[in-house]
Parts: sequence; C-alpha cells; structure tokens
Amino acid sequence: MVEKHMVSISNLVKKYPSGQEALKGVNLEVNANEILALIGPSGAGKSTLIRCVNRLVEPTSGKIIINGIDVCTLGYKALRMQRRKIGMIFQEYALVDRLTVMENVLSGQLGYTGTFKSIFRKFPPDVVDSAIKLLERVGLLDYVDSRADQLSGGQRQRVGIARALIQRPDLLLVDEPTASLDPKTARQIMRLIVELVIEYKLAVIINIHDVQLAQMFAQRIVGLRDGIVVYDGTPDQVDNSVLTEIYGEEDWDQGKKRHAQEEDDDEDDDIDQVE
Amino acid sequence: MPIISQDDLNLWMRRDRKVQRKRYLSWLIALIIIGVGFAYISRQTMWEFVSDAPRQIRDFLSRMFPPDVKYFSRIWPALWDTINISIFGTGIAVVISIPLAILAAKNTTVHPIVRGVVLAIIVASRSVNSMIWALIIVQIVGPGMFASIMAIAIRSLGMLSKLMYEAIEEINQEPIEAITATGASRVQVFFYGYVPQLLPTFIGTSVYRWENNIRESTIIGIVGGGGIGLLLNSAINRLAWDQVVSVLIVILITVVGSEWVSATIRKKLV
Repeated sequence: MVEKHMVSISNLVKKYPSGQEALKGVNLEVNANEILALIGPSGAGKSTLIRCVNRLVEPTSGKIIINGIDVCTLGYKALRMQRRKIGMIFQEYALVDRLTVMENVLSGQLGYTGTFKSIFRKFPPDVVDSAIKLLERVGLLDYVDSRADQLSGGQRQRVGIARALIQRPDLLLVDEPTASLDPKTARQIMRLIVELVIEYKLAVIINIHDVQLAQMFAQRIVGLRDGIVVYDGTPDQVDNSVLTEIYGEEDWDQGKKRHAQEEDDDEDDDIDQVE
Repeated sequence: MPIISQDDLNLWMRRDRKVQRKRYLSWLIALIIIGVGFAYISRQTMWEFVSDAPRQIRDFLSRMFPPDVKYFSRIWPALWDTINISIFGTGIAVVISIPLAILAAKNTTVHPIVRGVVLAIIVASRSVNSMIWALIIVQIVGPGMFASIMAIAIRSLGMLSKLMYEAIEEINQEPIEAITATGASRVQVFFYGYVPQLLPTFIGTSVYRWENNIRESTIIGIVGGGGIGLLLNSAINRLAWDQVVSVLIVILITVVGSEWVSATIRKKLV
C-alpha cells in the first residue's frame, strides 16, 4: 500500500431531502488491515456513513478517497468498478430469499461477470470453486442448494459474509452484523468476520451498537454522535466518560455493579461492595 | 373518548353524547333513503309479472330440459376458440404489463412524468369493462376472435400492471442494496434482486387473471367476439332454450376447470 491511509473521509455531509442532517462534516481515516468499530446511538448516522462509502447513499458534500480515488465524483461505470472492491455485510443479511445459497454467494461476483452469463448462472469455474471454498470456510457446504430463506439467522449471515468475500474486496463495510442474532451466535459471527478479515488482509468498518462486542473484537473504536465523530481511540480507552460523550448521560456502572455483587455473593466474599 | 368522574368512579364511554346523537341521526337518514328508494323501485315494477314468476320458471325449465345433446358437437370448437381467446389475451396483456409495471412503480420508474402517463393508461384500461372494449374494437377490426383477444388484453393489462407495480413497490429493498453494493449493473440488479422476489407474484397474478378471462371471454362473444358466447347469443335469439342450457353447462365446467388449474398453479408458488 503506497498511501498512508486506505480510506480517507473528509468533511462528509449528508442531508436527506426531508431536511434531516445525518452527517455534519465527518472526518475519518482508515488504515489498511485495520479493524474499526463505529459505535453510537441509533440515528447517529452510522448506517448513513458506511453507505456513503460505497454510495448506496449519495453524500451531499465532502470527499471519500479510497486507494487514491475520490468515490464521490465517480460516474456510474467507474463507481461499479469501485464497488467491486468494497464488500458489504448487512444487519438483516440482505440475501435474496428465493435464490439458493450458491446463487447468493455467486451474486458477489456480478460486477466481474457479463450480464447474459450471470442471468444464465454461467460463472467461471474458478469463481465457483472459490465460492465452494468460502462456503466450506463458513461451514455451509451442506447447504449449497438450499434456498436462503430455509436457513437460520446465523447461517444466513454466514452466506452474507461469503457473498462479501467472494468479491475479493480491499475494504469491508459491515452494518450491524449481529443486531438480529442471539448473543452466542453474535459472538461467533463477529469472531468469524474478524478472523476472515485478518486472513484476507482487509480493512473493515463495523457499525455496531453493542459496545462490549466492539471492545472485544475491534482494534480501534470511533464514536459517532449526531453526525459528528466524538471519539476516536483504542478499545480499552473507552470508559464511562467516553460512553457519556457518545451516548449521553447514563449510569454506566449499574449493570456491572449488580453483576459484580452477585459474583461476590457466590464466592462468599467478605469484602463489601461500595454502592 | 371521554372519561367522566362521577363521585369516586371514573367512567369511560366510547363516544360522547353529541357524537352518539349524530351517529343515530345518520343511521336514521340511511334508513329513510333505503325506504324511499324501495318505494320508487316498487312503483317501477309490475308486480303482476313478478307474481307470475313461478309459472314462468316452470315453463322455462320445461323448455330447457332435457338439454340438446346434439348441439355439443358445435360447442366444442367454440369452446376451443374461447380458451384460445383467454390464453392469448392474457399472454399479450402480461407481456405489455411487465414493462408498464416497471415504469409505474415509484422505485423503478425512469421519470415521474413517464410514471404519470403509465398510471393514466392503467386507469383507462381498468375503468372500461371488457364488454365495452369488445364493442369498440369490433367496430374497428370487425367481429371475430381477434377483436376478443384485443378486448381481453386491453382490459387485463390495467389490472395486471396495477397489481404488478404494487408488488414492485412493496419489494424488500435490502437485497437490492446488497446486490447493488457488489458492483452489479442495473440489469443484473434487476435479474438478481427484483426478479426472484417478483416472479411468484407475477405468475400468480397472471394465472388469476387468466381464470377471470375465461369467464369474460365466454360472454364477450355476445357482442361479436367469437367463441362460445357467440353460440350462446344465437341460441338465445332463436329461443332455443335446450341449446342455451347445453352451452351454460359447458361454460360451468370450463370455469370450474380453469379455477382448479389456477388454484393448483398458485398453490405451488411459495
């Protein structure tokens, strides 16, 4: 990588036609191979921000430079070429329900495949081969011909991950990957994403509202509030004052205290908790 | 609405007195209108003829039964025509409706003005009964199967486009976003994102419309559209009630059959 930063966002503003200002001048750099978690309350603009990066949402003003190219100025064709190098994983998995697992994974290669070939599902043998390998990697080899709507939430998200990775992206955008999953599956999915990101040497931006998960898996945490970056640092620097800065006033220790209390009771510890 | 405090009790009523009185009043007005209307209809009716009805029915039935069995040999070719009219009429309508629906749906249209024009076409098609369309088209292209097919197609494409464009507007946007995000072209997004989601609705609606069209094409012949309706019309004109019954029996069987076919196909689409 020649550039210092892989993604460089400057002064990004997004105003929706309704007048709502989702992003009010965001500045953010993402380095190669970096695992970045974007946290913040609902409505802070997290989804809007990552959707601007591949222009599913059109930014109002500002610059998004990825590998030296300003995404915001690209025409239709050039944008498509750029999108091929950006994988995306969604909260509700965003699979095409009536297509099979294989078709869903292969759809990640549409940008590289001719229109007619793709309509008749004629993907090159090496693409099909890598699809099979990816499905094996995410543990879904037995479901190749199942329809996507027959899978459970965790399995569906695994298909979503395979679809994003078959693009051979440089950058991965992940939008609340675990919000629709149970706590255990959520951890497994996060672990899988992080493992694959390291394996494939990608940079990744993960929108996530679960601070604990973010701290567990990310190398860097960025807090967004009201369309502005209010925190940028390492996971272990995120303390109560940082959480208050991002989310607003709240008794952040309440849950922890009770938890600690119970543990103490179980262990018959004599030391009193200071409430 | 109002919570009324009475002594220590809090009472609740669905409506307050004023609204309640208004509602009773409107019921009363509705009853009066129905009564007046009934009186008018009664005055326009010759009750002597109505009281004669049982005798007329007996007379009719005696002329209708037994049905003219020999007439069936003429009904079959006409039935074939009718089935063809419904299939080709529906087929043409489907082919035209798909692009119309895409242009009429808010999320896939090319321009709001185009959308407006297409919506106008759809309303025009839907607001005129297929019998009326047939009457007009027979004047233009002459009587026969072709006129019937055109009438069925024009009438159906409004209904089909409307149901299809509503299906397009209600589509799940997330997979569309996901396919777009992979760098797929618009055509690819259409075939991978839209088509799989829409196919069951499109096929289901088309088959349902075809079932309707079987019924419509049986009577459309009366105004010169060919097919089984033509036979029905001529039998009625000749007061050949035993032949009329034969035609009606065939229509009944055909309609029941088409409903069965349509239900079976739609059940398979999940």
